[in-house]
Amino acid sequence: MTWLQNLFLPNASHVKAGAVDDLFMFILYLNIAFFLLIAGVVFLFVAQYRRKSNNQKTAHIEHNDALEVTWTVIPLILCLVVFFWGFNDYMQANVAPDDSMEIQVTAKKWIWTFEYPDGSRNIGKLFVPVNKPVRLIMHSEDVLHAFYVPEFRIKSDVVPNRYTEVWFQATAPGTYVVPCTEYCGKGHSEMQAKVIALTPQEYEKYLEEGDPDERGKPPEQLGSLLYVNLGCSTCHSIDGAAGQGPSWKGIYGAQHKMTDGANILVDENYIRESILQPQAKIVSGYGGIMPSYQGQIRERQLAALIAYMKTLK
Amino acid sequence: MADVITSPAASTVEHPHDADYLTDPQHQGIWSWMTTVDHKRLGVMYLWAVLAAFFVGGLFALLVRLELMRPGTDFITAEQYNLAFTLHGAIMVFLFIIPSIPAALGNFVLPLMLGAKDVAFPRLNLASFWVYVAGSLMAVSAIAFGGVDTGWTFYTPYSTTTTGPVTLMTMAVFVLGFSSIFTGINFIATVHKLRAPGMGWFQLPLFVWGIYATAIIQVLATPVLGITMVLLVMEKAFQIGIFDAQLGGDPVLFQHFFWFYSHPAVYIMILPGMAIISEIIPTFSRRTIFGYKLIALSSVAIALIGFLVWGHHMFTSGQSQLAAGIFSFLTFLVAIPSGIKVFNWMSTMYKASIGLQTPMLYAISFLLLFGIGGLTGIFLGALSVDIHLHDTYFVVAHFHYVMMGGTVIAFLGGVHYWWPKMFGRMYNERLGQIACVIVFIGFNMTFMTQFFMGSQGMPRRYYTYLDQFQPLHAFSTYGSWILGAGLLIAAFNLVASFRLPKTAPQNPWAGTTLEWQTQSPPITHNFVGQPAIEANPYDYRKFKIPADAV
Repeated sequence: MTWLQNLFLPNASHVKAGAVDDLFMFILYLNIAFFLLIAGVVFLFVAQYRRKSNNQKTAHIEHNDALEVTWTVIPLILCLVVFFWGFNDYMQANVAPDDSMEIQVTAKKWIWTFEYPDGSRNIGKLFVPVNKPVRLIMHSEDVLHAFYVPEFRIKSDVVPNRYTEVWFQATAPGTYVVPCTEYCGKGHSEMQAKVIALTPQEYEKYLEEGDPDERGKPPEQLGSLLYVNLGCSTCHSIDGAAGQGPSWKGIYGAQHKMTDGANILVDENYIRESILQPQAKIVSGYGGIMPSYQGQIRERQLAALIAYMKTLK
Repeated sequence: MADVITSPAASTVEHPHDADYLTDPQHQGIWSWMTTVDHKRLGVMYLWAVLAAFFVGGLFALLVRLELMRPGTDFITAEQYNLAFTLHGAIMVFLFIIPSIPAALGNFVLPLMLGAKDVAFPRLNLASFWVYVAGSLMAVSAIAFGGVDTGWTFYTPYSTTTTGPVTLMTMAVFVLGFSSIFTGINFIATVHKLRAPGMGWFQLPLFVWGIYATAIIQVLATPVLGITMVLLVMEKAFQIGIFDAQLGGDPVLFQHFFWFYSHPAVYIMILPGMAIISEIIPTFSRRTIFGYKLIALSSVAIALIGFLVWGHHMFTSGQSQLAAGIFSFLTFLVAIPSGIKVFNWMSTMYKASIGLQTPMLYAISFLLLFGIGGLTGIFLGALSVDIHLHDTYFVVAHFHYVMMGGTVIAFLGGVHYWWPKMFGRMYNERLGQIACVIVFIGFNMTFMTQFFMGSQGMPRRYYTYLDQFQPLHAFSTYGSWILGAGLLIAAFNLVASFRLPKTAPQNPWAGTTLEWQTQSPPITHNFVGQPAIEANPYDYRKFKIPADAV
């Protein structure tokens, strides 16, 4: 019944995900069996006992103890089986192994930041080695978010002022989408990160040289990539469309009117300040809602973003 | 005058439609409706009000589906989408489903079923209606002032930090809660005190049992929602830290408070639906209901256990693992009484005389759709599986199968069932059946697809999505148009019956309960004289099938 499983479930790519799928499929078979029972009996009775005359005699059966006990006890037993199965798997999958690699996760509208034990940070991309348990310790800086990896069958809300955690051990190299699953406003549908599981060799290389996608690219192309990966695209359009922040179309060299009335020329220094200290100057007509990228973005990435903006005429 | 004594039976025969509650010469004009204390008129006014809410909520649903036909921004922006799904949810839950069956059909039918002249507190009933109107106007004005984008759940800290008239909307919910409480108190007192002589608890029609169990929840759970809404407003207005972590509060606390009401509220929504099905199936099977006591008591069991399962909405919220285990266990327990009811309804059709008129078609749709809704709940009760499915379209599909496939289908069945009694007119039977089949097909097209999307990882409350989900989303949107068309046909069919004369017989379906023993529509005081209890409800052994029954 692999086709049935594929219809409902994406590939399982975490060591504990297979157990979840087994229970899912067990419940699915139960569902199908009971639905066929209900539908079959209803249609059989309707066909068999359609009204033939207006004064047709009907049976007077008030109850039947044996039957009622049967259809109470059998579903009860099945429910208890499903309960213990689900509870047991949940407890088994809940505690991360002792040798887990720990990563701090920060969620805020509408970006995910991952901080490694060595202090390095990534926005929107979590690079991990396959076959190694990874424990995520998560908190939010604003509203509720939720970290979900469908292929791993893991999910947890991310809450302000409190840590929540999930762990996983990727079984195959690949890129896994992380959609935010707790409603968080305008950018909720686009608040997306990726878990990128690498082979041990590739992971070593990543530790030395950084994100393979960003390597060896001219600044404009790197900027175009970072525009999406760093979450800029959630609020800033590149086609002049209105957004939570000013569009980047033709932004370089333009004159922007600030909330305090001053007119400012958008140049390298202004852009740099706006990324690192977004609250310093706010363009008139916008709320000061952009998070600071101070300490989260490298000089090369800053330069690339500025180079990219210059290309958006 | 006084020397002419006619028996009650004779007077109804001579003047079959003399002064029913709609045409009563002593109660005419708009003012007589606005100040009426007649439970039947209030039921009718509630019916129009909730149908208006259903229409508006439905328009928002179609808008949501339209935007989701393709990924990306197509018809509305992300912000507009967030307003649309919030208003769809809030209107459907608070303005439509919660009052739909109890306040509209329950108000009309419950006193009739008990053989009573009215509810226990007729003025409180009138107050309930106007409080509902006031709450609805507040909700509508919140929409006019820009709308609310919090989702119908108002989760903190989003709801306390977002712009928009959240305070007005939460106060609307607070006010609507009082309407619900008033109705609940009224029904509890009515069932306890106004039963016809000889009508014991186990002679009550099962509709009354279902509404009674619902009323218990309304009275006990709704105050918690009111308190929660007030706390939310106090935090938003006066910066008192209750839920907001910035102010020293706890956002997860809000979820506990909210679901402590809103999970029992799920039963406020479904128990009345089950109550209607327990009437329609024996009537159209023309045989006694199977397992009367089990159905009656399972309603009460659901009402009580339903208070103890709220934490299953919070398996991923960071609540303790022990709590998650206990809530999961209790969730499976509450599933059993619902299952028992389904088996009892099916058995009632055994060796029966089944007529497939429109109400019965809705009841059969209910068995299939609520069956799917209930069965898919098992996935969500199982802890390890729920972690994967929580906040995805799987949950959306599940609760639409329960709320729409269950409650709304039962409500439509109930409206068709009691329509001749309420207005004295028969609608076009064939058109009613066609509408029911179209609704059934459209509903399944809309929501069956959402199970597949959800378990594949499509999150809720997204205005755009990954390309892989596009075919299923488009299919779901086409289904929503068929569903909408089916509902419009049903509405047209009912409204068109007003052009016909009042020719509905007293008991068109050969029902055994007391509402069928008075004329259609009933007189202002319901019955001429005190109706007698001759047999248990649904006992067809000595029941004479009326010659004019269809």
